[in-house]
Amino acid sequence: MTSTVLYTILSLSALGSVAAIVLYFVAQRFRIFEDPRIDEVESNLPGANCGGCGYAGCRNFAETLVKSQSFEGLFCPVGGNETMSAVARILGREATAKDPQVAVLRCNGSCEHRPRTNRYDGVSSCAVVSALYGGETGCQYGCLGLADCVVSCTFDALHMDPLTGLPVVDDDKCTSCGACVKACPKNLFELRKRWKGNKKIYVACMNEDKGGVAKRNCAVACIGCTKCFKVCPYEAITMNNNLAFIDAVKCRLCRKCVTECPTDSILEIGFPARKEKAPETPAAVPAEKEKPDEIGA
Amino acid sequence: MSTTFAKGGIHPPENKLSAQSKIRDLQIPASVIIPLSQHLGAPAKPVVNKGDAVKAGQLIAKGDGFVSSNIHASVAGKVSKIEETVDISGYKRPAIFIETSGDEWIETINRDPALITSISLTGQEIIGKIGEMGIVGLGGATFPTQVKLSVPRGKKAEYLIINGVECEPYLTSDHALMLEKGEEIMVGIQILKKALNVEKVIVGIENNKTDAISHLRILAQKYPGTAVTGLKVKYPQGGEKQLIQALVNREVPSGGLPVDVSVVAFNVGTAFAVYEAIQKNKPLFERIVTVTGKSLKQPANFRVRIGTQVSALIEAAGGLPEDTGKIIAGGPMMGKAIASPEVPVMKGSSGILLLPETESKRGEIEPCIRCSKCISVCPMGLEPYLLMPLSQKALFDRLEEEKVMDCMECGSCSYTCPASRPLLDYIRLGKAQVGKIIRSRKKPA
Repeated sequence: MTSTVLYTILSLSALGSVAAIVLYFVAQRFRIFEDPRIDEVESNLPGANCGGCGYAGCRNFAETLVKSQSFEGLFCPVGGNETMSAVARILGREATAKDPQVAVLRCNGSCEHRPRTNRYDGVSSCAVVSALYGGETGCQYGCLGLADCVVSCTFDALHMDPLTGLPVVDDDKCTSCGACVKACPKNLFELRKRWKGNKKIYVACMNEDKGGVAKRNCAVACIGCTKCFKVCPYEAITMNNNLAFIDAVKCRLCRKCVTECPTDSILEIGFPARKEKAPETPAAVPAEKEKPDEIGA
Repeated sequence: MSTTFAKGGIHPPENKLSAQSKIRDLQIPASVIIPLSQHLGAPAKPVVNKGDAVKAGQLIAKGDGFVSSNIHASVAGKVSKIEETVDISGYKRPAIFIETSGDEWIETINRDPALITSISLTGQEIIGKIGEMGIVGLGGATFPTQVKLSVPRGKKAEYLIINGVECEPYLTSDHALMLEKGEEIMVGIQILKKALNVEKVIVGIENNKTDAISHLRILAQKYPGTAVTGLKVKYPQGGEKQLIQALVNREVPSGGLPVDVSVVAFNVGTAFAVYEAIQKNKPLFERIVTVTGKSLKQPANFRVRIGTQVSALIEAAGGLPEDTGKIIAGGPMMGKAIASPEVPVMKGSSGILLLPETESKRGEIEPCIRCSKCISVCPMGLEPYLLMPLSQKALFDRLEEEKVMDCMECGSCSYTCPASRPLLDYIRLGKAQVGKIIRSRKKPA
């Protein structure tokens, strides 16, 4: 009895030792060296695996960062400058600071501004609708309102406003990962420079139709009148295909264009109220409320 | 056992409400909107300007490129504007607007209804003239006819197939045409035969149109080599590939054309348009359109000028019923709901269907239970249940491997799905994306 136990223990131990020795040499022979800095860099990344950097998750990005010679074209929009400088410290490199960004929806065609001309009752997906036809309103450039962007957002920074039928960006949660930019079949999202206090001025329209047509289909469409283009003192506004575009980097938030716009298609958000006029609800008779000296950044 | 295609297929209620209705001429509208993109391929380029006076039949836009088609004025009048407008596709596209002043046709058109049977032109001349007259496939795909007739070098057509199947429920425009213009269709077939240099012709008609079958059979006796075959009623038999399989039992290879199996197929409407173009010098500017619907007062078949607004057709058929839920351009299976009744009739519009509210609702989407009904009805042998999630997840490589481009969007899968899953909606989306990828791959080479 005891001898059986003894033999068993001995033979198994011997077998185990042999296996251990074999495994040791195999491990030595086939060892893959992994830069320990990859783990370190990865632990400094946000770990959201959102793909905003253009790589398949944070690990993949960490590997790329360690392997690459410079940070050219490599940036984690979610972690921002803080993360990038932490990574730079680990790798002993210089990180160039980038302006933080935020996603904005370049459409203000709410149910009120943009009357529906037909009703769609198919699959609730913007991608499907945009492959099928022009949409429920006369404007073929505007938001389809079926929330592909909301589904795409990993950070819960987008939700639909039931009143306007448009998605709303939660500026505090938005990490500018760019998922919504890719998800929107109408290319309505733009990543713009994030100002202090989340101040924003942008043309909330992508309609390239001629002025009359655009205006007929949406009360707040950009009609390409070039008034904003002419008034801008910083050459931040460009006109293309009947549509104005404000360069967020050149813009100094003077708000002159906002008052100039005849259709209220330029939105100002995050500013202290100017007397009564709020940008979301255009007044019936736009009164003279120009403040030419107001230049603030 | 009657003839039909082998794989899949369904049999939706036929609802051929306007089958007994004679073709009526619709009143010439006060204005027409003629889209520049009524055919498959590149849009036509306008050759008239705002303010120009035109006559019916006058060339107003020239085909731009090899796969394109000429477009002619459908009324006499003045070009009021050339502007983008929403057409049946639901997108804004350029169109020529004409204010009607009368019904003066260009002088070259022979308006005498007498039948002309002798064909004076040679094969090449016929093809050229068909191109000039802007003839496109009137079955719905609107592929320019002259391109189809130009058989690629090294290939030879053996059979000419004439499609009188009209498998879409409700639609009766081809049926009415076969009954009333059978002789013209027969001459049209002879013209196509000459252009293609083929001997054998088969006209395929489904067995729910026995009157058309017997009528054409009698007429066909005069023309050797022309057979009229009755087919078992099954959707989508009117699909080119399905019809070829049903009639000559040949399978068009994936990604291939009928001519790869030595067959060329045309719709009966096209054969009639070819007759008019060659024998009467008449460009394609009118067509037969079925206006139908269960609540509609007088479902009917109209001869309509291209560019007439759909609302005028509905008015002529007794007005828009109150319970209308959707207006569909085409049949209930492959047709497309239109966004506004103001869109114009185009060369490919075979019917206008008014579906009542109760029938136009889609069911609630439920999870797939893997019943495989969609696979068994797919006439192309695809697996719709699999294609839908692949498309949702944007796995376009897989979609291409699963032959998504073979899908002809017949809608049998969505029709049969007990969980009312939007199979075709997503397959169509996937097809559009895969198509883009394939085209971008071809470009740099």
